[in-house]
Amino acid sequence: MNEAVKFHFRVDGDDFTSAGQASVQVKKSLRQLGISPEIIRKVSIAMYEGEINMVIHAGGGEADVLIYENRIEIILADHGPGIANIELAMQEGFSTAPDNIRSLGFGAGMGLPNMKRYSDSIKIDSEVGRGTTILMTVNL
Amino acid sequence: MKISEIKALLDAEVVCGEDMLDREVYAACGSDMMSDVLAYVKDQAVLLTGLVNTQVVRTAEMMDMVCIVFVRSKSPTEEMVSLARESGMVLLKTRKRMYEACGRLYAGGLGGNGAAT
Repeated sequence: MNEAVKFHFRVDGDDFTSAGQASVQVKKSLRQLGISPEIIRKVSIAMYEGEINMVIHAGGGEADVLIYENRIEIILADHGPGIANIELAMQEGFSTAPDNIRSLGFGAGMGLPNMKRYSDSIKIDSEVGRGTTILMTVNL
Repeated sequence: MKISEIKALLDAEVVCGEDMLDREVYAACGSDMMSDVLAYVKDQAVLLTGLVNTQVVRTAEMMDMVCIVFVRSKSPTEEMVSLARESGMVLLKTRKRMYEACGRLYAGGLGGNGAAT
């Protein structure tokens, strides 16, 4: 059984302008590994939205990407406020982002729906006051 | 349509990527909401936007876009230009507003196909 290829990133929560750096890095690495462009796009968009979410809502967090023979897993973990109602948060257009984030082109309630759209499965563990861990899988 | 034709139709200025104006593009989209670009864009290679921050370039990169047109005379920051250079992207800026800029490109033959996922 082959070992997974692993990448680990710390997502800085203080700076919106740097959000997405980890996703850009993952995109480059997947390209070097010869993964197909369609898969690369799915992984990088899902992760990018997750990274943006961590910066907007949770003051940053940790991102891990694991590449197995048959799938890529993206694990995003933060110690932010948690998601009070996951079902509601999954609805397109539902947002709790502040206005200043909207003026930057995000916070339209598309983050989690886009993460679901571009991954083959998504599992969200969240506890109010403790944080959120999201596992997204993209099949190869 | 070549990027050089986009430049001509919009009377645009090249901010960076002068050597890539011969690249062919087949579809474009216009939006100031990056989440919508991430949700609905499929194979459009050109993004028209009036939004100026680094996430515009990152969003375009995620979508494998090759050209960003800043409308309403918006100027990208140095950091954005440097990110675009790293990703091999052309940045253009035009005085035209979003509606007219999109209209000119559409009338010129650059469609918006592949928009819905």
